[in-house]
Amino acid sequence: MDTTTENPAAPPALQPAETDKGAARGASRPGDRVFIGLSRGSGIFVLVLMAAIAAFLTYRAVLALSKNEANFFTTMEWNPSGVPPQFGIAVLAFGTIVSSVIAMAIAVPIAVGIALFITHYAPRKLGGTIAYVIDLLAAVPSIVYGLWGALVLVPHLNGLYGWLDDYFGWTGLFAWDGGPARSLFTVGILLAIMILPIITNVSREVFRQVPRMHEEAALALGATRWEVIRMSVLPFGRSGIISASMLGLGRALGETMAVAMVLSPTFTIQASLLDAGGGTFAQNIASKFNEATEMGRDALIASGLVLFVITLLVNGAARLIIARRKEYSGANA
Amino acid sequence: MSNASLTDKRPPSSLRGATLPKWFAWAVAAGAVLLGLGISFAAGLDSSIQWALIAAVLFVAGSYGISAKVEGPRQAKDRVATSLVWVAFLMAIVPLASLAWTTVKRGIKVFDGYFLTHSMGVVADTEPGGGIYHAILGTAEQVGLATLISVPIGVLTAIYLVEYGRGRLAQAVTFFVDVMTGIPSIVAGLFILSLWILILDMGYSGFAGSMALTILMIPVVVRSTEEMLKLVPNELREASLALGVPKWRTILKVVLPTSIGGITTGIMLAVARIAGETAPVLLLVWGANFINANPFKDPQASLPMYIYLQFTNSGGQGAAYDRAWAAALTLIAFIMILNLVARGIARWKAPKTGR
Repeated sequence: MDTTTENPAAPPALQPAETDKGAARGASRPGDRVFIGLSRGSGIFVLVLMAAIAAFLTYRAVLALSKNEANFFTTMEWNPSGVPPQFGIAVLAFGTIVSSVIAMAIAVPIAVGIALFITHYAPRKLGGTIAYVIDLLAAVPSIVYGLWGALVLVPHLNGLYGWLDDYFGWTGLFAWDGGPARSLFTVGILLAIMILPIITNVSREVFRQVPRMHEEAALALGATRWEVIRMSVLPFGRSGIISASMLGLGRALGETMAVAMVLSPTFTIQASLLDAGGGTFAQNIASKFNEATEMGRDALIASGLVLFVITLLVNGAARLIIARRKEYSGANA
Repeated sequence: MSNASLTDKRPPSSLRGATLPKWFAWAVAAGAVLLGLGISFAAGLDSSIQWALIAAVLFVAGSYGISAKVEGPRQAKDRVATSLVWVAFLMAIVPLASLAWTTVKRGIKVFDGYFLTHSMGVVADTEPGGGIYHAILGTAEQVGLATLISVPIGVLTAIYLVEYGRGRLAQAVTFFVDVMTGIPSIVAGLFILSLWILILDMGYSGFAGSMALTILMIPVVVRSTEEMLKLVPNELREASLALGVPKWRTILKVVLPTSIGGITTGIMLAVARIAGETAPVLLLVWGANFINANPFKDPQASLPMYIYLQFTNSGGQGAAYDRAWAAALTLIAFIMILNLVARGIARWKAPKTGR
């Protein structure tokens, strides 16, 4: 590990081997200079774009925050066009984190299971088909997940919530008032379904790269298949699973339409996960946007900036972990 | 399960412990499902999620219990892991099947030629009739513009990273392209909103939506193109350079044609991904019931936003609700066809890496 981090500039093996001298000589022709300029310009454009996103969001957010009479981080109220304007993100941060954590708790074990199924359990042909089906799951637009969630998932969860209330209601977390299941927990389940493909795909790539010799050595010692997985596959794939989960977390944090269509929002923080209510950053922006005044829009942009920073940190961390092994990135998942 | 076929051919040896027959797992699964159904009938449970959960628990517990008794604890653990992996797989398939089934069943109701060729111009939300022509037109224009902008930028960035990029700039670009794939679509929408609509004071238009979609599309194009360019064997580049061909012509005439199949696939998958994006369109295009063929002026409609507006206006039933599902069916069909074609191209035009 240390050798790779010491020398991060080492080119990946698959890239064309070429010295700086060669590149410099190639650049001496006019056609080459134009082409290099164009392609480097595109690369720089991407960086400028990222900087611009941060800069313009910050600019509008500062406009809103300077007029805000309440504490932006602790206020449980969203009233940017009131006199005086008061708004805060406490409820949104709570809802976003809770629903994403529920989604991760459900999706990560299942996704790792499916990845193992594809790489180590299913017959080769079946594995390929399943990988394809999982890819299709990733292609379904979130708006359709929202429609499906509102029509199919919400009514089907009544029975389950009744159970949870009966057996775990005493914890307070799983108390349920019997209302429609448009709650943070439902959102978490829906998000779990939506982030399953990306976690599965990245973990699958990692599991594929487990050295064959490790597995065969374990088998030769008489290990069962589960012991092979526990001794050779999971230790090798741990960092991959972690970064896959963080990529999934990034998706869950920013998901908008499906949440907006399933959740019945309120601006309160409540102990029960099963009762309807709460909100997330993205959902709040989508559902408040149409009626917002200019001040209201700036306030929404301020909350969007917080979401941007959070997803940036989560994704950046995931990429740093995964960058140790260049060959897979999961960006195409 | 694949190991079983190997071991079965050997004569029984005293070194092997007792093993359960091959059909054991299926038998336990069938038993668990029957028991789960039985219990839920007896207790009068109404939700299919409940009996499925009971059956899953019974399946795992049953595999463990019987196997621990006959085969010993290590094999029993192995069977638990196997059954858990199968349960995980089934849990992922069920929502997908349910989603596909619901969309087709609900969507087919009002889905016909009339629906595809008419707009919502004079149709109130509560009335039947109307269609999605204006939305299809809007989506096609917005996605088309986004593709036109992001493909050159994305492909050139990928060329820079693979063919030229060394040192800090290339590292920074790689990192930020990766991070950019994770930008929530609503944040991309807010950025264009603050720059284009609030600061530059331009109106809502299809083009504003395309710019947000561009932000979402560029990283996907860069990533997939990069992967494809890396697959081009170095011998091809070297052969071309050895003949005295300038590097830029080598890239244009040798590297890109070799990998064009994969690049096309990547672009099509990126198009499929942004075609279903709702949030940025909601903030920037605003939506319209009439046909607006000009993406640069005035609000437009778009397919995903049409679904959202019809859904929110319907209250969960009536003509608008049916239209929302029919539009969802159209959108899913379009995206799935794009996916299938893209993957077909990938298989057909896969670069021959020459071992």
